[in-house]
Amino acid sequence: MSIDDRDFRPVIAAFCCNWCSYAGADLAGSSRMKYPAEVKIIRVPCSCRVNPMFILRTFEKGADGVILCGCHPGDCHYSTGNYYTRRRMASLISLMEFVGLERGRVRVEWVSAAEGAKFAETMNEFVEHIRALGKNTRLEDLRCKN
Amino acid sequence: MQELIERAKALLADGTVSRVLGWRATDTPFGPEPAFFESGEELNEFVYNCFCGANLSKYLIESSALEGKTLAFLKPCDTYSFNQLCKEHRIDRGKTYIIGVGCKGKITVERLHELGIKGILDVEDAGDTLTVKTLYGEKSCPYSDAMLERCHACKGKEHRVADEVIGESADTTDTDRFAKVTELEQMTSKERYAFFQAELSKCIRCNACRNVCPVCNCRKCVFDGNAFDSVQKANATEFEEKMFHIIRAFHVAGRCTDCGECSRVCPQGIPLHLLNRKLIKDMDAFYGEYQAGEDTSTVSPLTAYTEHDIEPEAGKGGNE
Repeated sequence: MSIDDRDFRPVIAAFCCNWCSYAGADLAGSSRMKYPAEVKIIRVPCSCRVNPMFILRTFEKGADGVILCGCHPGDCHYSTGNYYTRRRMASLISLMEFVGLERGRVRVEWVSAAEGAKFAETMNEFVEHIRALGKNTRLEDLRCKN
Repeated sequence: MQELIERAKALLADGTVSRVLGWRATDTPFGPEPAFFESGEELNEFVYNCFCGANLSKYLIESSALEGKTLAFLKPCDTYSFNQLCKEHRIDRGKTYIIGVGCKGKITVERLHELGIKGILDVEDAGDTLTVKTLYGEKSCPYSDAMLERCHACKGKEHRVADEVIGESADTTDTDRFAKVTELEQMTSKERYAFFQAELSKCIRCNACRNVCPVCNCRKCVFDGNAFDSVQKANATEFEEKMFHIIRAFHVAGRCTDCGECSRVCPQGIPLHLLNRKLIKDMDAFYGEYQAGEDTSTVSPLTAYTEHDIEPEAGKGGNE
């Protein structure tokens, strides 16, 4: 990697479910697996806790990509939380793309507490993807610029 | 129209209802406004014509808290909103008396202006053609040319709920309501962005779309601050400005009956219904067809789930 490539360091917010992905991140750490420091983890009690507004808000605060990690469908600590997340996020992602946000800036991934390796791999891949997309300027200028 | 007034007067006189919700004539021939009438005398100002596009169901939330029944005149499309509000327990069905009124599509003065008809003094609606008396003489145009966008994509002229129906309806559907959405989906992401940036930049944040939307009825809206009176409406952060339309559309996802009021009232002419329709189109495709407000018992797709729903990545806003 040349120095030029390092110039852009995206800000990535990762919403992680307390019961699975957060522990998955922990496992990735204790297993000494590397994932980029650009990823800022926000712990939530359940992926269903993430209001679509949170995702918009993270973008407003300067995030270039947002990833939401939850338990695999069927494994929710609260039985059904992630089923609702799944429906909600499908609509939100679709709407965001519809108004012109690049594909892949918002992502949902199911990571269990035992999948430290998957967590690290997902984060590496996601950061690379966002790095390729560049800064998130579109949402910033969606209004009031002509 | 006379028939509606007579019936309303009769129901007021025999005490079945305490007030009437309808449209009142204003200074201009093209601007009837929603109004409550409490006596037979006031009803003389009642009007129902081709400009009565306003959806009255939202006002019934307010009147559900009052004593006695309210008589409301609802067009076929308004009954969907009414059902949706009953489902959400915002309207007390027992406190309403619904008279379904016939509808053959509603027209808008903006469309007449676009057609070059200005200085309107009076509008005479005779079947398929519209004769407009203006300051510059008499002009005419086909009725459907002056119709609201939503009437071209009408859901049907059957009243979903009504205690009685007065008047005839005529079918006005002549386009696929998802045509524009599909067209946008086929554009590249960049083109779509350019389209929405141009449209949304026109917004002056008057909040009319929020205020008129029947399902936007939270006591305390996320867009309102804690300040007093009109200052409350000022946006607290820049964030609100940018995301207003995404948030607004998402807040009514699964509840939007596609009544098209948001686009009708927009003073800047932003096609706001496109965002709502995109969500409806997606939910139809992912979870099976669902029409909010069709009845008072079905469950919205976003408040339900199955174990084998599609994954969020499947949600596509269109081409890349």
